[in-house]
Amino acid sequence: MQTNSREEALEALAASRWRVAAALTVAMLVAYLGFILLVAFNKPLMGQQIIPGLSIGIVLGVLVILAAWLLTGIYIVWANGKYDRALHQYRGRK
Amino acid sequence: MNPTTTGTQLGQPNTTAIVFFLLFVGITLAITYWAARKTKTTSEFFAAGGGVSAVQNGFALAGDFMSAASFLGIAGLVAMSGFDGLIYSVGWLVGWPVVTFLIAEPLRNLGKYTFADVVAYRLKQTPVRLSAALGTLAVVSFYLIAQMVGAGNLIHLLFGLSYEMAVIIVGAVMILYVLFGGMIATTWVQIVKAVLLLAGATALAVAVLYKFGFNPVNLFNEAATQYGAETLAPGKLVASPLEAISLGLALMFGTAGLPHILMRFYTVPDAKAARSSVFYATGLIGYFYLVTFILGFGASVLVGRTAITGVDKGGNMAAPMLAEVVGGTGFLGFISAVAFATILAVVAGLTLSGAAALSHDLWSTVVRKGKAPEHEQLKVARLASLLLGVLAVVLGVIFKGQNVAFMVGLAFAIAASGNFPALLLSMSWKKFTTNGAVASMLVGTFSAVVLIFLSPTVQVDLLKNTEAFFPLKNPGVITIPLSFVVGVVVSLLFPEREASERFDEVRHRMHVGAPTEGLPAPEVPASTAVATPPAVVHPSKA
Repeated sequence: MQTNSREEALEALAASRWRVAAALTVAMLVAYLGFILLVAFNKPLMGQQIIPGLSIGIVLGVLVILAAWLLTGIYIVWANGKYDRALHQYRGRK
Repeated sequence: MNPTTTGTQLGQPNTTAIVFFLLFVGITLAITYWAARKTKTTSEFFAAGGGVSAVQNGFALAGDFMSAASFLGIAGLVAMSGFDGLIYSVGWLVGWPVVTFLIAEPLRNLGKYTFADVVAYRLKQTPVRLSAALGTLAVVSFYLIAQMVGAGNLIHLLFGLSYEMAVIIVGAVMILYVLFGGMIATTWVQIVKAVLLLAGATALAVAVLYKFGFNPVNLFNEAATQYGAETLAPGKLVASPLEAISLGLALMFGTAGLPHILMRFYTVPDAKAARSSVFYATGLIGYFYLVTFILGFGASVLVGRTAITGVDKGGNMAAPMLAEVVGGTGFLGFISAVAFATILAVVAGLTLSGAAALSHDLWSTVVRKGKAPEHEQLKVARLASLLLGVLAVVLGVIFKGQNVAFMVGLAFAIAASGNFPALLLSMSWKKFTTNGAVASMLVGTFSAVVLIFLSPTVQVDLLKNTEAFFPLKNPGVITIPLSFVVGVVVSLLFPEREASERFDEVRHRMHVGAPTEGLPAPEVPASTAVATPPAVVHPSKA
């Protein structure tokens, strides 16, 4: 009985980590491929300058770099908080 | 044109450059001497005994990744074609979040020195290790050739040394680091290099922005005035969408399959530190690429495109020339020395990861079936490092004058298609089997090599044929899915009961961690685990 619930707890833990990891990977992929596809398909839009010297392409490129930081940051916050708490609980349950 | 473009000191023996370079080599060799005395076991040789903190590893990861190619190459690309350089920077960075999400923690918990440890965990050792070592050595060799040839050319341009001399110096110093200081020395060389490179690039960017009221937009605007508005828009780099996606996938998933990057996760004490270290690395590398973007535009405006191509057609000298224009010969010397240090550090990391595949995967596991005593393992590890170091020098000399830029793309394509799919499937899919892993790694590696050989890069640019058999420059969009599909289909066709039965064990260890020899057990008593603040505070070894 207890082994069963312990196994289930690990399964839930593993599932939650893969779910978050997959969602964030997809988010990164979408942001990056979106940027690349805009570069490939809509060069005039990317070259449009919002203010003299600052094109939409530059803004979006910098935003993708910031998104990489932000998504990694979100993962760290989640993992250091919720995930590590669940892991700690699981370890304590021997 | 610009008045400052004539009379560059580049390529002249430069006193400041030589002094800074000797200083760097002196300090890093002193570190190596100190590290050599602490390197007594294989765990210390390959994983620094697991005693590297998250912040240290973050810098070391960034040091491993920020090659001279990305510093000088991307600055040059931005200087020559403006916006297009940013497309590359973004591509090089987006692999890092993927490493954080999918790879870092499971790898730390499941493996010891190589990524093959993880793939082979519940599978048959010999076939998996053989295929993984093949993928690792292929990636390491191509990456090493690109770095060594780049080193020879750059140092020739920067210091006026002969090509062969430059390759031999890089090889010799790097062998000293790896052979005697192992991972402890290599880690510290990476950290010193990363700090120097970030500081040098930052100082250069500040000097550039000072001339533009600390507003990058003014700088971009000046570039647009000089070279036309198209310099701020996508140019020729991305010709076809499929090509762009293919390159993008290879860059994104290739980072997660680079052996010298993966190996770094074994140097930290636990999964939490592994996780945090990639966060620091992502921040440092992203910051570095933003700075490089400024440097490229700075060079095109302050040095001028004609002057840059006058020295090197590829534009690689944009950043050093910019340093000379804004800071004189002294600054040029400093930046040149930093570029030299950068190459040294990257080849050291590559050599060490190749040596791990040779000695840990092939010798200790395949040949000796895990029965090799510790002192023999360490001896073989050192021998393998020496062998690879010498090989790097020989390859560097053989490939003199060849256009090897495509080899970095090839290394990423092999890493993304040969290593990454098997690694991910082995950690996440219960029904993955030995046959599936071997098929996935071999098909991924060979299809990437063959398709690049048939691509326009090799057929048209290198062999001067009029047509290529395969239309894409980078095969990622075909080879990555192919490797996944082959791995899955072969596993389903030939099930392996033992492998799926041991999946629970893998899953437990992947999340909970397990004590590794020579390391404090990750399963610390609950009270300590909570009380321990984030991994950043692990005491430094220095």
